Amino acid sequence: AALKDGLRSQTSAALKEGRVTPTELCQRCLALIKSTKFLNAYITVAEESALKQAEESEERYKRGQPLGILDGIPVAVKDNFNTAGIETTCASNMLKGYISPYNATVVQKLLDQGAVLLGKTNLDEFAMGSGSTDGVFGPVRNPWSYSRQYKEKSVPKSHSKDKELNWVITGGSSGGSAAAVSSFTCFAALGSDTGGSTRNPAAHCGVVGLKPTYGLISRHGLIPLVNSMDVPGILTRCVDDAAVLLGSLAGHDPKDSTTVQDNFKPFELPNLTDVSKLSIGIPKEYHAPGLSSEILALWSKAADLFKNAGAKVVEVSLPHTRYSIVCYHVLCTAEVASNMARFDGLEYGHRSDRKESTESMYAATRREGFNDVVRGRILSGNYFLLKQNYEKYFVKAQKVRRLIANDFVKVFRSGVDILLTPTTLSDAAPYLEFIQEDNRTRSAQDDILTQAANMTGLPAINVPTALSERGLPVGLQFIGRSFQEKQLLTVAKWFEKQVQFPVIQLEEVKRHDNGVFQHQKSASFS
Amino acid sequence: QKVSVEVLDHLEHLALVDFRDSEGVERLQKAIQFADQLHEVNTDGVEPMDSVLEDRWCLYLREDDVTEGNCIKELLENAREKVEEYFVAPPGNIPLPKLEERDTFLQGS
Repeated sequence: AALKDGLRSQTSAALKEGRVTPTELCQRCLALIKSTKFLNAYITVAEESALKQAEESEERYKRGQPLGILDGIPVAVKDNFNTAGIETTCASNMLKGYISPYNATVVQKLLDQGAVLLGKTNLDEFAMGSGSTDGVFGPVRNPWSYSRQYKEKSVPKSHSKDKELNWVITGGSSGGSAAAVSSFTCFAALGSDTGGSTRNPAAHCGVVGLKPTYGLISRHGLIPLVNSMDVPGILTRCVDDAAVLLGSLAGHDPKDSTTVQDNFKPFELPNLTDVSKLSIGIPKEYHAPGLSSEILALWSKAADLFKNAGAKVVEVSLPHTRYSIVCYHVLCTAEVASNMARFDGLEYGHRSDRKESTESMYAATRREGFNDVVRGRILSGNYFLLKQNYEKYFVKAQKVRRLIANDFVKVFRSGVDILLTPTTLSDAAPYLEFIQEDNRTRSAQDDILTQAANMTGLPAINVPTALSERGLPVGLQFIGRSFQEKQLLTVAKWFEKQVQFPVIQLEEVKRHDNGVFQHQKSASFS
Repeated sequence: QKVSVEVLDHLEHLALVDFRDSEGVERLQKAIQFADQLHEVNTDGVEPMDSVLEDRWCLYLREDDVTEGNCIKELLENAREKVEEYFVAPPGNIPLPKLEERDTFLQGS
């Protein structure tokens, strides 16, 4: 099996038939992780335990008793999910050295199905950011920076040193996970999505990024940012694989009382051929200021694609769109202020040496443990929650949240099945350019197209669509009705098949992937 | 309007996090300015939304049965200072020093 294969279609079959063993797969991935270390996608690589899991998986295949499609499949997990016995840092000094005593529910589910956990991926500190540039372990580099496609389009520079500085960001905050999947070091990765943190890096790294409906997948063990918006995110190389992951992760968890009690039935995606019964909505307000003309053109082209295939494509309006990011900003900082209060140095994590009083110890611990971004959000959140501000800001934002949610309800009630929007305003920026603006400004700009789905809890997915003029990935976003992931993914899969997004051409991957490099096929495996 | 030093001091007390420098204070000012846009929206008669799942009533109570626990050892592993089965904290009920006596950037304001 090639590292590029789809799970359901090829890799799983290859494992079953013995054409490749779980240990071979694991070793290949680990080797690739080593040779792509410069991407800085991984914070911790759990080599020993991964190989052990791979061996156990191999035993099961030998006995003809694999646990399922995910048995033996190498996966990576964002470093804000608790993983027993493996360091969980959230890319922060506050949790450096913290070894979780338990597995997050989603991690446990993956392990129970035989998945091989390769390691923990890099992110913005505490998942706050849209670049994966603000963690204590340094920024993550977008694998496409090193692709032939990007290099061909770059203006040739005289110094090789300049080429080093040319690299582009992954987007964030789940940049490590996106980079890991994009560079073939794993078959799937878990991210988290609070304002777009899975879809944004998915768009920039040319992978599928799914944000499930709020309440579908357990948040138990996901270190919380905004309890009313956080969801675990799924990053894969094709839509079918996202459906596989969703199937193994979704469902009620008694340990997370915000998961719905409904019975979830995993599904296989049909191969949609007839889209004539589909109604695609194009929200006009998503033509946001700053949207690149390239992406605007791609969005338009995609709409035409659906129209020409017989679908009904209508312009719709989500009138409160421009207040969405403001509302998000208030609610997010308020919940963050509350959630970050648990980090006081007493039970876990960094602890300052100050001894005069509990309060001074707490203050010093938090001073030493959190970066500017985190501290900034905590202070803003506390401001909005002050007695004199509570009604004016926090409750006001909650009211606006309802208006935003109602906008979507109205549109879906009018007969629209799926909304089609851009995911990001432009392709990935070079790192040096990205850090010119501060984190809050960047997040406010970059989250604009993605965070409404978090405010409303609706499912949304980024599908890699085409390469930009600079040779970098651009994705488009589909937003669906609540708990209608099957419909959402079916449409996404149809679209993926139409656009035939190119495979990234990386030197490192070539070396490690002995086998299927003959055809430069697209990422959709039909 | 600018946020007064009293409020900034109050925030540092509540959050137990410091502004660090003028940039930190600027950051808050910009955040408030940004949030002020909310007041352009007419929300008369609109109920605040706590959860997107409000229609499903999924926040339930379960039976008060002990289903897991007995993991004192694991829980204490990650604490730096402990004695027997206790987490050890410095003396409590001592408020943070007042602004004038505290080592904070706000002192200069």
